[in-house]
Amino acid sequence: MSIGRRLLGFNLLTATLLGIGGWYVGWFAAHGVVGPSIDYFGDIDYNELSIFMAYVCGVLGFLIGLGFLNYPFARLRGYPPSLREKETGGIGRYFGLCTDHKVVGIQYLIGIGIFFFIGGLNAMLIRVELLRPDHQVWPAGTYLTVVGIHGTMMMGMFTSGILGPFGNYLIPILIGARRMAFPRIEALTFWLLMAGGVILETTIFFGGFPTGWTGYAPLNIQANAGMDCYILFFALVGISMTLLGLNMIATIVTMRAPGLTWTRLPIFVWGVLSTSALMVLAAPVLIATLLMGMLDRTAQTSFFIPAAGGSAYLYQNLFWFFGHPEVYVLALPGFAIVLELLPVFARKPLWGYRLAVAGLMGVSLLSFFVWQHHLFVSGINSDLRPFYMLSTELISIPTGFTFICGMMTLWRGQIRYTVPMLFCLAWFFNFLIGGLTGVYLSDAPSDVTTHGSFFSMAHFHYTIMGGLVFTFFAAIYYWVPKMTGFQLDERLGKIHFWSMFILFNSTFFPLFIAGFLGQPRRVVTYPHNLQFLNDWVSVSAFLLGGSMLVFLYNFVKSLVFDRVPAPADPWGSKSIEWQLPSPVPVHNFDRIPVFSSDPYGYGEPQTVPAVAPAGAPAGRD
Amino acid sequence: MASATTTAAGQPNHAKRVIVAWIVLSVVATPLVAIFLGPALPPGHASQQAGEQVAANTVMTSLVTPVICLLLVFFLYALKQFRAARGGALVDGPPLRNQNTIQVLWIVLTSATVLFLAGYGTYELLQNGSGGGQGPNPIAVPSGTKLQVQVIAQQWEFTYRYPSYGGLETSQLVLPENTEIELHVTSLDAIHSFWAYELGIKADANPGNDNIAFLKTKGPDTFHVRCAELCGLWHGYMFSNGRVVSASQFAAWVQQQQQLFASVERYMPPYANRYFPDPQRRAG
Repeated sequence: MSIGRRLLGFNLLTATLLGIGGWYVGWFAAHGVVGPSIDYFGDIDYNELSIFMAYVCGVLGFLIGLGFLNYPFARLRGYPPSLREKETGGIGRYFGLCTDHKVVGIQYLIGIGIFFFIGGLNAMLIRVELLRPDHQVWPAGTYLTVVGIHGTMMMGMFTSGILGPFGNYLIPILIGARRMAFPRIEALTFWLLMAGGVILETTIFFGGFPTGWTGYAPLNIQANAGMDCYILFFALVGISMTLLGLNMIATIVTMRAPGLTWTRLPIFVWGVLSTSALMVLAAPVLIATLLMGMLDRTAQTSFFIPAAGGSAYLYQNLFWFFGHPEVYVLALPGFAIVLELLPVFARKPLWGYRLAVAGLMGVSLLSFFVWQHHLFVSGINSDLRPFYMLSTELISIPTGFTFICGMMTLWRGQIRYTVPMLFCLAWFFNFLIGGLTGVYLSDAPSDVTTHGSFFSMAHFHYTIMGGLVFTFFAAIYYWVPKMTGFQLDERLGKIHFWSMFILFNSTFFPLFIAGFLGQPRRVVTYPHNLQFLNDWVSVSAFLLGGSMLVFLYNFVKSLVFDRVPAPADPWGSKSIEWQLPSPVPVHNFDRIPVFSSDPYGYGEPQTVPAVAPAGAPAGRD
Repeated sequence: MASATTTAAGQPNHAKRVIVAWIVLSVVATPLVAIFLGPALPPGHASQQAGEQVAANTVMTSLVTPVICLLLVFFLYALKQFRAARGGALVDGPPLRNQNTIQVLWIVLTSATVLFLAGYGTYELLQNGSGGGQGPNPIAVPSGTKLQVQVIAQQWEFTYRYPSYGGLETSQLVLPENTEIELHVTSLDAIHSFWAYELGIKADANPGNDNIAFLKTKGPDTFHVRCAELCGLWHGYMFSNGRVVSASQFAAWVQQQQQLFASVERYMPPYANRYFPDPQRRAG
C-alpha cells in the first residue's frame, strides 16, 4: 500500500478531518434551523443548540473517519463477519480502529496517560494561584475553569484508568480467551473517551465553566457556553463507561476457559466485574441527568430551575446517585490490583479469597445506598440522615475485608520490595488515611465542620490519588513489561516511588489541617493565617509534578531507547499471563488453556499453572 | 487465631508480639490523643453546636487511633520480619489460605465499631441537629423560644433578615449571647452554603427552599461566615464576619439598623420563607 493510500484510509488523520468538518456542519445546520439565541434567561450571546449540534456531528464524523461504520455496512452488503481490523496495519493499528484487545489496552494506557498529565498540569495551575492568599494570578473565572477541568478530567477519564488499559489488555488473557466479547464496542469506548477529552479542553474557547466537576444546577443552567463542553464530555464518558462495563461483564460471564470456575478467577477479574456492575448501573443515570441539563440550556425546559417549577435538589440527587458509585468505580480496581499483586511478591496464596470477593462485591452493592451523605447539610431530607450515616459507615466493613486479606497475605510471607510491590504497600498507608478521614465525613455532626472544606478535598485525594493512581502505577510497573516486551528501569522506578510517596503525603496531609481550620474548597482566596500551609502544599505539589517527570523519563527511556527485552516471567508469578511470551502474541493462546486452580498456588507444589492440553485444535476467533 | 500463632519450633511467636505491641501502643496513645489533641480540634466552643462537633471529632479521633496503631505495628513488624533474603532464589511462604477465627474476629470488631459510630452519630444528631441544615421540616428541634434569623444567600453575598424586628434586613450577622437561634437559610439564585465556622453552622442555601438550622450562642465573640458551595465567579470572595453581643448591645444595634432600614423598607419585599426574584439574569 502506498503512503498516499494509507493516509487516505480510515485512520486518525481522516477521523480528525471529518470530525472538524462535522463540527462545522452541525454548527451551521443548527444556526440555520433556529437562529441565534434561545435560552431560559433570555440572553443573546450563544446559540447553545448549535454548539451541541456541532459537537455531536463532530463526534459522529470522527467515528466515521475511524471506520466504525465500515463493518455494519459490510454486513448490510452481505459480507461474512470477521475481525480483519485485528491483524492488519502494523504500527498504524495504534492510530485507528483496532479490535485487538491488546492494542486497545495500550491505546488506553497512552491516551489516558496524556489526559492524566493534562489534568495534573491543571492542578499545578491551581496551586500557583493558591501561593498567595489574595493576589490574583488567574482571573477568578479562569481559576474556576482550571479547577473544573482538573476535577472533571480526572474524575471522568480515570473511571477507565484501570479497566481501560489493564482490564482490556488482561481480562481476555486472564480468563483464557482470545478476545473481548464485543471487540468493536471495546474500540468504540476508547475513541469516545478520547473525543470527550478533547471536547472538554475546548471549553476554554467558550469561556470555560464555573461549576467544578459536580456541575450543580442551577449554576450550570446559568453558566457560559463552556458548560456545554462539560456536559458533552461527561455524557461521552458515561456512554463509554456503560459500554465498557457491559463488555467486561459479558466477557467475564460467557468467555471463561474450561475449568475456570468462579472461585478460581484471579481477584483482579472479580475487581473488574464489581466495577463494571457499578458502571453499568450508575453511568446511565449520569447520561440522563446531563441530557436534562442540556434540555434546560437549549430547549427552555426547567427540570432544574426552581423559579420555573423545577428542582435543584433533583440534580443533586441524580448526580450523586451516579457520583458516589463513580468514586468506587475509581477505588475498586485499586483494591483488586493490590490483592492481585501481593501474593506474587509475598510468595503466598491470597488469604481469604472468598472474603476478598465479598469485600469487592459488598462495596459495589453498598455504594448505591449512600449518595445522600453528600447532601447532609443541604436540607433535602433530614429524616434520612441517620440511614445514610449508617449505610456510609457500613461500607468500611467490606473495605476492611480488603485490608485484612492483604495484611494476612503478607503475614509470614517472603516479601520482595520490587517497585510494583512498593506502590501496593503505599496503598495501605494512603487508603488507611483516606478511609479513616472518610469516617469523619460520614458522621453527620462531624460533617457539619468538614463538609465542603479542604478536609473533604484532602480525603478524596487520599482515596483516589493515594488509592487509584498509586495502584495504577503499580500496574504499569508490573504489567508494562508484559504489554510491551521491554523492562522498565528498576532504579528510576524506586526513585519515582519514593519521591511520589513522600511528596504525595506532603502535599495532601496539610490540606486536612487547612480544612479543619476553615478553608472551603474551590476558593480563589483564603485567610492570611493559612498562607504557610498553602505555600507548603503548593511547593510539594510542584515537586510531586517533578516526580511524575521521573516516571515519564523512565517510561520513554526504557521503552523507546534502552529496549531491554523482558523475560516471559520476570516476577516469578504463577498467573497465566506470565506463562505467555512478552509481548503476548496476537491470538494470545495457540490452544485454549484449561484451568485446574486459581493462580495463587505459591508454596503448594500440587497446584500447577494452567497449561494447554495436548491435542486441542489451534482455533481462531 | 490458633493457626496464626502456631509456628514452627524455634520461630518466635509473631502474632503475640504484634498484638502485645498494638495493645500497649493503643493504651498509651489513645488517652494522649483524646486529652491533648481533642481540645485543639475544630470548630471550638463559640456555640453549643460547635462544642458538640468538637466532642464528635474527639470521639472519632480517639476511635481511629487504635486502628492506626494496629496497622502501623502490623506493617512495621511484617515488612521487617518477613523480608525475603536478598538475591537468593525464590522461596515460597507457607500456603495459608484462610483462618476462620481471624475472619470472624475481624468482621465482629469492624462491625461493632461501625455500629457504635452510627449509633453515636445518630444520638448526637437527634439532640439539636448539631448545627447542620435540616430542611423545612427539621426532626431535631431544641425546646424553648428561639430568635428567628433568615440568611439570604445570593451571588455573591449573604444578607440577614430578622422577622421579629419587622423584617429588618442587614448585611452583617449580629446575634445576642446565650440565646437559641433558628436560622432559615435560603438563596435567590444558585446553590450556596452558609458556613459560620466558629459557630459550627453549615446549611446549604437552595433557591426555593427554607433550610433550618439551630444554634445556641454562648458569650460575646466574633465569627467568620463563608460560602462553602461553589456558586459561580466570585465564590472565593463570598465571606464576611459576624458578632455575638450582649442583650443590651443587641437591642441598641437593632435600633440603629432599624433607622437605617426605614429609608429602604418600602423597596424591600415583605418577609417570606423564600423569594423568587425577577427577572432572572445570567451572571458569572
